[in-house]
Amino acid sequence: MGKHVVVIGAGPAGLETSASLAKLGFHVTLVEKEDVSGGHLKKWHALFPTLLSGKDALETITKGLDSSIKIQTATKVTGLEAVNDYFTISGHNGWQEKADAVVLTTGFQLFDSHRKEEYGYGIYENVITSADLEELFASGKAFVNRHGNKPERVGFVHCVGSRDEKVNNLHCSKVCCITAVKQAIEVKQLLPDAEVFCFYMDLRMFGRHYEELYKEAQEKYNIQFIRGRLSESTEDRDGNIVVKVEDTLLGKPLRIKVGLLVLMAGMEPAPDTKPLANMLGLKNVSDGFIQPLDEVLHTNSTEIPGVFVAGTCSGPKSVSDTLADARSAALAVADYLKS
Amino acid sequence: MTFDLFVLPFFIGLLFLLGVLVVKYSRWIAMMDASDRVKAGMALFSFNLLKTVNEIFLESLLHRRMFKRNPLLGYMHMSFALGWFLLIVMGNIESRVYSGGHINPPYYPIFLKFFIHDKRVLPFEIFTLPGFFRFTMDLILLFVLSGLVLAVIKRTRSKWFGLKRTTVHNSFDRWAITSLWLIFPMRLLAESFTAGIYKGGGFLTNTLGSIFDAILPLEYMAYPAWWAYSTMLGIFFVTLPWSRFMHIPTEIILIFLRNAGIDQGKYPGSFSEIEIRSCPRCGVCIDVCQMNQAGLTGSTAVYFIRSLREKLPEVQLNSNCMMCGRCLEVCPVGIDTLGLRIGARGVDNKGFASDFTYLVNQPIVEKKAEVVYFAGCMGHLTPGVKRAMLQIFEKAKIDFTFLDEDGSVCCGRPLKLAGMKEASLTLISENSAKIKNTEAKILVTSCPICYKVFNDDYQLDGIQVMHHSVFIYNLVKDGKLVLRQTDLKAVYHDPCELGRGSGIYEQPRNVLKQIAEVADVSEERVNSLCCGGSIGDLNMDAVKRNLIRDKALTILCESQPDILVTACPLCKKTFDSGNATVVKDIAEVVAENLALNKLHKQTVDMVKL
Repeated sequence: MGKHVVVIGAGPAGLETSASLAKLGFHVTLVEKEDVSGGHLKKWHALFPTLLSGKDALETITKGLDSSIKIQTATKVTGLEAVNDYFTISGHNGWQEKADAVVLTTGFQLFDSHRKEEYGYGIYENVITSADLEELFASGKAFVNRHGNKPERVGFVHCVGSRDEKVNNLHCSKVCCITAVKQAIEVKQLLPDAEVFCFYMDLRMFGRHYEELYKEAQEKYNIQFIRGRLSESTEDRDGNIVVKVEDTLLGKPLRIKVGLLVLMAGMEPAPDTKPLANMLGLKNVSDGFIQPLDEVLHTNSTEIPGVFVAGTCSGPKSVSDTLADARSAALAVADYLKS
Repeated sequence: MTFDLFVLPFFIGLLFLLGVLVVKYSRWIAMMDASDRVKAGMALFSFNLLKTVNEIFLESLLHRRMFKRNPLLGYMHMSFALGWFLLIVMGNIESRVYSGGHINPPYYPIFLKFFIHDKRVLPFEIFTLPGFFRFTMDLILLFVLSGLVLAVIKRTRSKWFGLKRTTVHNSFDRWAITSLWLIFPMRLLAESFTAGIYKGGGFLTNTLGSIFDAILPLEYMAYPAWWAYSTMLGIFFVTLPWSRFMHIPTEIILIFLRNAGIDQGKYPGSFSEIEIRSCPRCGVCIDVCQMNQAGLTGSTAVYFIRSLREKLPEVQLNSNCMMCGRCLEVCPVGIDTLGLRIGARGVDNKGFASDFTYLVNQPIVEKKAEVVYFAGCMGHLTPGVKRAMLQIFEKAKIDFTFLDEDGSVCCGRPLKLAGMKEASLTLISENSAKIKNTEAKILVTSCPICYKVFNDDYQLDGIQVMHHSVFIYNLVKDGKLVLRQTDLKAVYHDPCELGRGSGIYEQPRNVLKQIAEVADVSEERVNSLCCGGSIGDLNMDAVKRNLIRDKALTILCESQPDILVTACPLCKKTFDSGNATVVKDIAEVVAENLALNKLHKQTVDMVKL
């Protein structure tokens, strides 16, 4: 067919979209601003609900890439313009391409937990994020806190930067509830004697086998789920974190001392998404996520013909949802280019 | 001739108004606390009365405060108030001179030109200028009319007055303002018509009279004009007690009571009733109210006070206010808008029972020290601020004890702002005991909200209360802290409770100037903006708060500073969520820029030289 598609962002969504498009016979260029493709998945130790290794998952996804796909790494897209029936795309390093269609797979950025100052991230050493914890798991090092101690108690704080008007995020990040359950189990597996607490406001176990995992966390691993949003945390003299939380089921304020506090940082739109949308003239990006043409029927198309979206740049998704979305985007592109 | 039927609308209106005022004043006196009544009685026969008379002259007639804020608006109000006042005074003198010193009925000076139209040179005028009264009275009338022209322009082209919005009137106000506006043109017409017929009048009425005489059948028009003039006066007087213009007779009482040392006290009470009626609904509080940015235009001080007066207080209206005090700052009458709001909230929240069982097992801080530090709830929500203060204490080698290290008991200010005075007293007594137990000499707090209530409502037996910005300022001044100058360009945001609320503007700025270059902000010090995070409003949702925050951030960041520095953990938290620039508390900026020691600083300075 000879038609050319440029995919912007080489995370799971970009990789899978490219692979699918190449299989459909299109000429594909995949642009990535970082030196290495893989996105957030590169640093993720294991995926829910099966504890599939992140490394293995990325390897499998990458294996699907056809040799015909041109991967342009270390290139930040700085110019993107619709010209008649094609697009011109240019990078900061002078790279330039023409394309018949563009797929935005710019992904998400992790919520900056410094913005919830009351939780103490960046202030108290033993407050870390869920991403930091994945890195700790992946490093294979001994599971100790930043003071070198095996924590006797570990706390997980749900909804950090999600469903929180105070940080301007009304959306649910979808993956954090089940990630917390998964990580709590992993902690218990490493430290069977530790007490593990999850502080949540709702538990959204929407996926297949999520509920089972949650049940297992309670029954097999004795992880304690406390309904209540954290108000603040402080550090005691030994570097432990004292959290103040209300148990809203008992209606009682609690103070719990933990050796490690994990913040389940949510998903925010990637900072590069909005500028790209602006270059194209996409209007509906008030919250930073790209609005597809129709949220039920046309989830990969946008208001501009030839511009498609896949993955978390149009809203929070799990890895499996992202991969399905990527394949669906490839079909939408094919549909568009055939007509 | 000293009477005509046409004076009746005026005369009846005046008697009615006086009757209503007597009833209202008596009721207020009856409602007063006995002690306040004694104070007021004593003030009547003291030196204070002179002060009151002077203030009434400056504010009620000259409108000095209004002038300072907006000269055009000041002139407009002055021309009405002072002009009318002079018309009454001069008219009385003139009528007394004409009648040879007799006491005349009250309508006589008002309609003098109807009754007397000779051109005698009066005894008084022999020594001055012939036609002195005619000239002066015309001049004063012209003065009033100039204000009227401005008033009409203000209603239709408020932007020319620097006002974005003006007060929306209710029906009483509309009747009253229409009759008020017509009084003086009617007087001009009536006097001119009569002057035209009898070839009398001063420079204004005589000239107009001659012109009218040439083109109009004045002999048929003069008498109806006097009726119209009288009727307008009558309507104005009858509607006055239920309109905004009730402020005219009430503000005088308010000034007197304030000078007698009486304050709001019990709510509702006679003082609050008088304050409510002293509001002229001039609307200067409208544009300064940041609730506008959230689309909440109905709860501005002027409308809130009107709802109290009309006895239609809505909970929503009472509670939709951040209590920033910007309206208090601009009010030309000096009405305690915040005090009234707290009072009204008190009535709304009367049935709310606070649960204080948690106070039973509060930890007691045993450590005694020179300084007791209270981070406050907000301080705990911004651990960066708390950490900075601990570093500063350590660096300056301060002997301190941390009162709320293991959690705060609220200072009581939020309850006070919600009108729940009794409940706040429970917290105040709990904290007071804990504070006194430390035997400290200085109480340092990181939160301006706590600072305000510690200062205003706590009895701490001589323990000095300091906001951390002042404490840091003193440490720097005494050489206990040495700061490092940086290349940062900063702006400083005055927190409401610290600036307008407590009058602390300079110390935090002076500290910051030793670290960074401090740029001016268009709205600062007494005009500082609320961050939008205020605990004064417990109803507003985050979306609306963000609108207020973002507007404030836009103004604060006009000079594109590297850093926005404030002295309130709540302001910091609120602005920080706006992602406009780096936001820090003054304590954090200080902790990050401590020079090694004095010797080091001197060396650095020498190298610089």
